[in-house]
Amino acid sequence: MLTITDLAVKFPSRFGDFTAIEDVDMTIAPGEIHGLVGESGAGKSTVGAAVIGLLQTPGYIAGGTLTLGDTDLRDLSDGQAHAIRGDRISMIFQDPQTSLNPLMTIEDQLVETIQAHSDVSHAAALKRAVDLLEDIGIENAAARIKSYPHQFSGGMRQRVVIALAICTDPELIIADEPTTALDVAVQSQVLDLIRRLARDRKIAFMLITHDIGVIAQVADRVTVMRHGKVMETGETAQVLGAPRHPYTRALMDAVPPLDRRIDRFRVPQEADTGPITQDNAAEAWLLEGIEQDPIGLSLSNLCVRFPGTRTSLWRKPDPYVALHDISFDIRPASIMGLVGESGSGKSTLAKAITGLVTPSSGTMTLGDDTLPGGKSRSRHHPSRQLIQMVFQDPYSSLNSRQTIGAILAEPLWFYGFTPDPSDRRRLAASMLELVGMAPDAIDKYPHQFSGGQRQRIAVARTLLARPRFLICDEPTSALDVSIQAEILNLLKDLQAKFGLTILFISHNLAVVRQMADDTAVLRNGRIEEIGSTEALYANPQADYTRTLLSLTPVMPISWQAPTG
Amino acid sequence: MAYFILKRLIQSVFVMLAVAFLAFSLFRFVGDPISQMTGVETSVEDQERLRDELGLNDPFVYQFARFTGDLLQGDFGFSYRTRQPVAEMIATRIPATLELGVVALIISLVVGIPTGVYTALRPRGIATQAILMTTLVGVSIPTFVIGIMLIFIFGVQLGWLPTFGRGGTVQIGGWESSLFTIEGWRALLLPAITLGVYQLTLTMRLVRAEMMEVMRSDYIRFGMARGVPMRRLHYKHALANTMVPVITIIGLQFGGVIAFSIVTESVFQWPGMGLLFLESIRFVDIPVMGVYLVVIAFFFVLVNLIVDLLYVAIDPRLRVSDVT
Amino acid sequence: MIAFLKRYEGLWLFVHSPAAMIAALVAALILIGAVFAPWIALVNPYDLASFSLFDGLLPPAWEDGANPKYLLGTDDQGRDMISSILYGARLSLVIGIAALTIAAVLGVGLGLAAGYYGGRFDAIIMRIADVQLALPAILTALLIDGIARGILPAAIQQDLRVAVLTLAIALSLWVNFARTARASTFVQMKKEYVQAAIMMGQRPSRVMFVHILPNILGPLLVIMTVDLASAILLEATLSFLGIGLPADSPSLGTLIRIGMQFLLSGEWWILWIPTLFLVALVVSINILGDFLRDVFNPRLR
Repeated sequence: MLTITDLAVKFPSRFGDFTAIEDVDMTIAPGEIHGLVGESGAGKSTVGAAVIGLLQTPGYIAGGTLTLGDTDLRDLSDGQAHAIRGDRISMIFQDPQTSLNPLMTIEDQLVETIQAHSDVSHAAALKRAVDLLEDIGIENAAARIKSYPHQFSGGMRQRVVIALAICTDPELIIADEPTTALDVAVQSQVLDLIRRLARDRKIAFMLITHDIGVIAQVADRVTVMRHGKVMETGETAQVLGAPRHPYTRALMDAVPPLDRRIDRFRVPQEADTGPITQDNAAEAWLLEGIEQDPIGLSLSNLCVRFPGTRTSLWRKPDPYVALHDISFDIRPASIMGLVGESGSGKSTLAKAITGLVTPSSGTMTLGDDTLPGGKSRSRHHPSRQLIQMVFQDPYSSLNSRQTIGAILAEPLWFYGFTPDPSDRRRLAASMLELVGMAPDAIDKYPHQFSGGQRQRIAVARTLLARPRFLICDEPTSALDVSIQAEILNLLKDLQAKFGLTILFISHNLAVVRQMADDTAVLRNGRIEEIGSTEALYANPQADYTRTLLSLTPVMPISWQAPTG
Repeated sequence: MAYFILKRLIQSVFVMLAVAFLAFSLFRFVGDPISQMTGVETSVEDQERLRDELGLNDPFVYQFARFTGDLLQGDFGFSYRTRQPVAEMIATRIPATLELGVVALIISLVVGIPTGVYTALRPRGIATQAILMTTLVGVSIPTFVIGIMLIFIFGVQLGWLPTFGRGGTVQIGGWESSLFTIEGWRALLLPAITLGVYQLTLTMRLVRAEMMEVMRSDYIRFGMARGVPMRRLHYKHALANTMVPVITIIGLQFGGVIAFSIVTESVFQWPGMGLLFLESIRFVDIPVMGVYLVVIAFFFVLVNLIVDLLYVAIDPRLRVSDVT
Repeated sequence: MIAFLKRYEGLWLFVHSPAAMIAALVAALILIGAVFAPWIALVNPYDLASFSLFDGLLPPAWEDGANPKYLLGTDDQGRDMISSILYGARLSLVIGIAALTIAAVLGVGLGLAAGYYGGRFDAIIMRIADVQLALPAILTALLIDGIARGILPAAIQQDLRVAVLTLAIALSLWVNFARTARASTFVQMKKEYVQAAIMMGQRPSRVMFVHILPNILGPLLVIMTVDLASAILLEATLSFLGIGLPADSPSLGTLIRIGMQFLLSGEWWILWIPTLFLVALVVSINILGDFLRDVFNPRLR
């Protein structure tokens, strides 16, 4: 039904035309869910935008054909193209929070869309809208339809978005990362809905995503893209189960499995910096500085409350309980995994340990010393050096106005390790080598590096503080899966070499399984379950853990990378 | 919602109190009120007696409380210069300034919003570039120069419109209005345009920037993706979302309009509050200065409260509670 | 080459924007003229001995009855227009730049601190800013001027006019800086590099000035340009209203006020030539401000 051949899209810039995609071929049949997978910069969203005719200016289609049924999509006037949008092709965006006009009711938005494509009365359109909402799982739709978008939760809002996309019975829907902004439970519901719509209504979906698990779960066929080109296309089981293209193979190798632990990810030769074997000044410096044995952290009855938002002048708002009665021990030189959905309090816990948030009660003990909480921790407290943190977003964790050299020298200078600037520079350069970067990076600025390289630099910075305890807060969730594999390998190597104790925070259960010795499951600020990682994943005790594990998209064992 | 309004109300009271304090400090500490009120021939004893009578020897906080209480009751004191009650002087001047300000504001909105929308929707058109360049020059010409230019062209060269005063006015229940006679409108036109031009350019540029931002948002792109008519996307979806930030800034600017009328009134000899204020500065007529300050701040606060209410009317997120 | 251009994108945009280049040229010429006024100008308009009434009211060189020595004519006192304008621009720029510096230091300092500390400190600063906003720039400036008249003895009033004017303009502009700095600081505070610095235990002053400030310079630079234009306009307006600088030390605004007396007579140049200069200067600065805004916020392009 949708046929794409030799599609090329270019973006003119003042430095010449930039080719976003070229030689893209793809067909999608009615009722087919066609996965379009690739890492950032692969051009997958550009394919979707080209099909629906909404390329960001000044992008244009430079060649190839696009046909939907008998219609040549490239041959349409602006008006005709706009008439086809909604009527025959529609689209679902990533973020349900921003996809709906906040100032209009759901009713207004649904009715206007239906009336734009068929000549029906308001009452008839409204009836259709209500029926549709009921059908996709919104209870009491006749009343709920009068609500504004902000009155729906994230998952419900994405259902409304889907209702808007299908209310005109289109043949094809482009779904651009439709579940990326959602938690696993909601993601699984939305994917079920997509599958049902494809089966019952024969709607074809172009499912654009970076998440191979999602593809494995719902896609009938899949196209793998990289650098604007198609690498491989075919039946999902064939492409993912027996990849022909080495890139697909590498991609599959990098996907962390949920059901077992692999010690090191297999990464392409050129990206595998491995453990450095030759003498490294930074390594020697780190090892020599280890005066203490590995250090443990224990939390007991830790509570964090935030003042609630005030809604009345007279009543004091109820405090918002971010963390409730958290107790656990992190053994010296072990990795503790902390999993939870958004809003579970994972990051608040990290902030409490690092002193950015003041606990309302409970104690924290680092080694043998009590950690003062938040504001009562002085700026010179030894824990400020012993505890370091690797952040989620490598694009914001490095000061973009400083050179890499200045960024790396800061801890050396600040903690008074190295008074001599040229020593600092030498040490920073060799630390860059230790984390797998070329030492000439030292005079460059952060924007000259990719996300993965920046994350390596961020790791280098934490190491230059000579830490004993590392908090990794979603250290790979902003990265592509192949880069994630490299960073996870690096963290494992460094942990083993320097006897670091790590608190590893992630929403991704599969990643935590690869990293953690013990795992704690956090939900709404409470610990649901805690135990050794192997036991917890193999035999979850809490219902919540079981649900989380069952809802996380997994691939059949036979598709997965071999162990080791 | 009630809390939101209440919070704004309390903030407004705070602003008014601070301004009243400023006015009070002016009155109390800039020069000696007694030596201003009395002549050289008044004896020291008489001055002291007057000081006592007026309560100037009372504790500071007490004096401020009384000053604020008097303000609330409409007792604004007496002018040093004319010995008239300040309340009367200001009251006779308010209509002129308000009519000028409101007409200028309407001109700036009626012209500014449509051109802002137009230039946002056609960002690369030649007309857009021309309009943008014109407005850039517009914000760069001082108000008084625009006034002089208008006087020169329409008053001196062409002789079409009067160049000073309010023309024919009509008394409506103590409100002296120039909106009901042709002469009045003719006199109002040049000053109102002068005052409106600067606001117009600001409004236009603001509407343009916000509209362009909104046009890039996901919900507009989603609207396009499901074939909602472009006209509806532009004028219903985008414009409404544009107006949310725009009305805030326009509220803030209204204070500016009233204040800038000082310049316009001076150029056109328009008998409003601004002219009165200028005279009071020249003669260091502190009570009039202080009260003018309070009146201006009051208008500013009032307009911003109205803006807050408009906000609630436009944005359902302030009206109805969250996730249910 | 491409990498070089990308790195210096601002420069690339500049050489491809005729408006920005012309504006920079005009602003630079006026600036140079103002700085070197004492060496360039034909006469010193502050020095009564350097000009003569006999040369009064001469039209510009291209009109009948002109004296080619005075390219743009003379005013009623016989002062060379070009000289008056250069000295006037000099005074306008000195006041504008001084006021801007005070406003920037005060505003950025308070805004940074408000954004960094948040909470009650932030609330207090912002309420003060609210009060300041309720009293628009021109009102604040007039008020300070009025207070100075009330407090200062007449004898030193004249000497302090420039200082009072500068202070008045500075006080009416600081809010812009404070609000922009605060809003940008809030954005930066959420960034992880700032969190990292705080976590290390770095001093608040170091976090604010070493880490945050360099990252918010872009929007501040835009405000700075736009506010320089405002400061010059404000000074001209105050002088025009007759409460700025007196006629014996004329700024551009004072020159225009003097010129107003000739609005109805034939000596158009006394009014319109200083006006043209003032507008050209402010338009140039505003074009540069717009250009900078585009560079720092490419999405609005």
